[in-house]
Amino acid sequence: MYVAVKGGEQAIARSLELLAEARRGDTAVPELELAQIREQLRLGVARVMQEGSLYDEELAALAIRQAAGDMLEAIFLLRAYRTTLPRFGYTQPLDTTAMRVRRRVSGTFKDIPGGQVLGPTYDYTQRLLEFDTTTPAVVKSAETPLPSNMPRVLDLLDAEALIERIDAGSDPEPMDLTREPLMFPADRATRLQNLARGDEGFLLSMAYSTQRGYAESHPFAGEIRMGEVDVVVCPEELGFAIEIGAVTLTECQMINQFHGGNGVPPQFTRGYGLSMGEGERKAMSMALVDRALRCDELAEPSYAPAQNQEFVLSHSDSVEASGFVQHLKLPHYVDFQAELSLLRTLAAQHATDTDEQPLSAAGGQRP
Amino acid sequence: MTYNFAFLDEDTKRMLRRSLLKAVAIPGYQVPFGSREMPLPYGWGTGGIQVTAALLGPDDVLKVIDQGADDTTNAVNIRRFFARVAGVATTEHTAEATLIQTRHRIPETSLREDQILVFQVPEPEPLRTLEPREAETRTLHALADYGLMHVKLYEDIAQYGHIATSYDYPVLVDGRFLTSPSPIPKFDNPKLDRSPALMLFGAGREKRLYAIPPYTHVESLAFDDHPFEIQCWEHRCELCGSGESYLDEVVVDDQGTRMFVCSDTDFCGSRRTEAQA
Amino acid sequence: MSALLQVRGLSQHYGQRVGCEDVSFDLHPGELLCVVGESGSGKSTLLNTVAAQLAPSAGSVRYRQRNGAWLELGTLSEADRRRLAREEWGFVTQNPRDGLRLNVSAGANVAERLMALGMRNYSQLRGIARSWLERVEIDAARIDDAPTGFSGGMQQRLQIARTLVTQPRLVFMDEPTAGLDVSVQARILDLLRRLVNELGLAAVMVTHDLAVARLLAARTMVMQGGRVVETGLTDQILDDPQHPYTQLLVSSVLTT
Repeated sequence: MYVAVKGGEQAIARSLELLAEARRGDTAVPELELAQIREQLRLGVARVMQEGSLYDEELAALAIRQAAGDMLEAIFLLRAYRTTLPRFGYTQPLDTTAMRVRRRVSGTFKDIPGGQVLGPTYDYTQRLLEFDTTTPAVVKSAETPLPSNMPRVLDLLDAEALIERIDAGSDPEPMDLTREPLMFPADRATRLQNLARGDEGFLLSMAYSTQRGYAESHPFAGEIRMGEVDVVVCPEELGFAIEIGAVTLTECQMINQFHGGNGVPPQFTRGYGLSMGEGERKAMSMALVDRALRCDELAEPSYAPAQNQEFVLSHSDSVEASGFVQHLKLPHYVDFQAELSLLRTLAAQHATDTDEQPLSAAGGQRP
Repeated sequence: MTYNFAFLDEDTKRMLRRSLLKAVAIPGYQVPFGSREMPLPYGWGTGGIQVTAALLGPDDVLKVIDQGADDTTNAVNIRRFFARVAGVATTEHTAEATLIQTRHRIPETSLREDQILVFQVPEPEPLRTLEPREAETRTLHALADYGLMHVKLYEDIAQYGHIATSYDYPVLVDGRFLTSPSPIPKFDNPKLDRSPALMLFGAGREKRLYAIPPYTHVESLAFDDHPFEIQCWEHRCELCGSGESYLDEVVVDDQGTRMFVCSDTDFCGSRRTEAQA
Repeated sequence: MSALLQVRGLSQHYGQRVGCEDVSFDLHPGELLCVVGESGSGKSTLLNTVAAQLAPSAGSVRYRQRNGAWLELGTLSEADRRRLAREEWGFVTQNPRDGLRLNVSAGANVAERLMALGMRNYSQLRGIARSWLERVEIDAARIDDAPTGFSGGMQQRLQIARTLVTQPRLVFMDEPTAGLDVSVQARILDLLRRLVNELGLAAVMVTHDLAVARLLAARTMVMQGGRVVETGLTDQILDDPQHPYTQLLVSSVLTT
């Protein structure tokens, strides 16, 4: 005899126990400490902070541990926690020109004032698995320290008026995408916020598509820089700006060819990417997609997926995408039942129709 | 650490209530709102949860159903969430609840003026599958330009002989806005019309809220000569014998034997209790 | 008789480039005006600007509505523009695929505008769709077929049925026969001539083909480099062209 299913509550409780056991693994192995994650998995921490929209290495490390290394789950945990945080105010715009640079490369000029600085990069590691335990690295310090203030590569072009000038002063105050809904058409500041929170894999693929003919991008990596930038706030009750700390950032400015249009003369144009921590792949992808999304403003033909802002911005967020794709595993008994009875009606109809007109059955010759 | 009552901070709740007031003032209109990221995945009821969180008071009695049942895992999980972050009383009885959050069903028991029904909505835009561009669908709503929806219904009849939409069946609210009733079976659509209870709809991922205020006229779209019809069964519920409720089909053995039972577990259970008394 | 459409000093510029420049004309009810010129002469730009699909750089377009009131199209809201396009106007595009809904049946294509106007009786919609398919010489038995399976000529005839089913007061046509074989063209021109007469349509048609103008239009306007170089009765223009460019156009037709 059938009894309506009961016990959802118990099933959930048992499932949570199993999850806790699986997450911890063999208890003979010591549990990961947050400091270990923060120090030794710093790129994972950076990605979780960036897409979680919260600069807190300790919390990001906690989320990674709780999510058993599933980055998207960790990002989700951090986002949900972020919702509960009170909002004290907004910082002043970060000044990346004053970045204390640890890495800085340009693909456009061989030599630049301040020089090319490789810094810590995987680019030249040869990707050989190192089976021996790592020994602490000995770092030789440079004979002359890096200049404290490095000019931007794009400013060199600006001096010649070869690159579009974007006057930050005339920019309207950006809206906060975590407080207000995304509406279309979205302005550039809003698009950049969306891309900054967007899934790295999605942005990487979108950026890649612009290089393979789905949008005409002709990009050059004008400058990529990584280092520390001071965070400055100006509390109303104080009336003057104070520095509250520093964050590690990766910034990418792409230079793109532009043949002129919409009343704009031929010149180089910019695509912009910014990421918390060391996030070069993300920043570069973001810059390419940002530029592709400027097609309307520059009156470029718009046909590629990466140029379609509704397509890109509506599908960039891993938390939204992951939730909605996975919601399919929730019960859909009721809707499925409705479809089942509809299909039975249609099938019955089809059977009657075919009985009446045996000649029109599939496989028959067209008259 | 402790969370604020019902998880969300009071400013966010005020924002939600303002949006809900706007939704009630313009029945069926999708109000964009600053949807927050909730500790449940998008697509799992984040819109409904935010609406519920904004409305819950300490004296409320909450019922949560999914597919008509109180005991499906997602319903249990949402009820557990509010029991944990708000400590409100919960119930499985429709008549006892002041606030009911639902996914995919409207309870069989008639609702009252002092009850609110909160729907979880995956896709608030009824035109989305016909027109993917948000900027365009908003314009179509602004101009009440709904010919496109009728093209779809026309096409159903031309191809299948009748309208082949069985759930999330589009409605016109208050003679003005084309609206998604959320993926409830069309069986439930008549319960939307002139309901004494306030009906609120939350779409968290899509960041939209909308409402059907009490006693609002809700019309399921159709043609004059192909009127709207609801599902009916050759069976009665094999547990309580009801012939008026929406039935779930359950496979009971390896031979594929089916039985039909009420999808509304509270309705079914109450009828059986009454029958025994 | 009062005009239906008044165009005055209409210009359309794209940055430095001129689309059309200082164009003026009147269109009266029941009149078909052809705009001829080679590609790049600005005739399609003019059509799109008159039909309020592009905002003009200068000049004005006024339209007299069914209720007799004049509308200034330059100041038209998006809502009014769409209402006009739905209720009083029609637009036939050169490529029928741009004007049709390819993923729904021929019947739904014809019935869409009627449904947008509020018609809610399925059998009646079917009846009208069938009779319009027959009017444009499509077998009514194809009513439930998708237009993707139709030939180019059939698709164009379907677009004409879809546009004219609501009996619009004013129709804009952009090279409706340009992409088709000559024999198919003749059939469609013949059909258009018949329908224009039967329905008493006012229409502005853009074409590069003087023979089309000769067959359909009482009046013709010749454009070159965005400007109107000659305008008048079609027969007059074709038999006694005044402007050197028109003379060139006419002679090139005669010699081919």
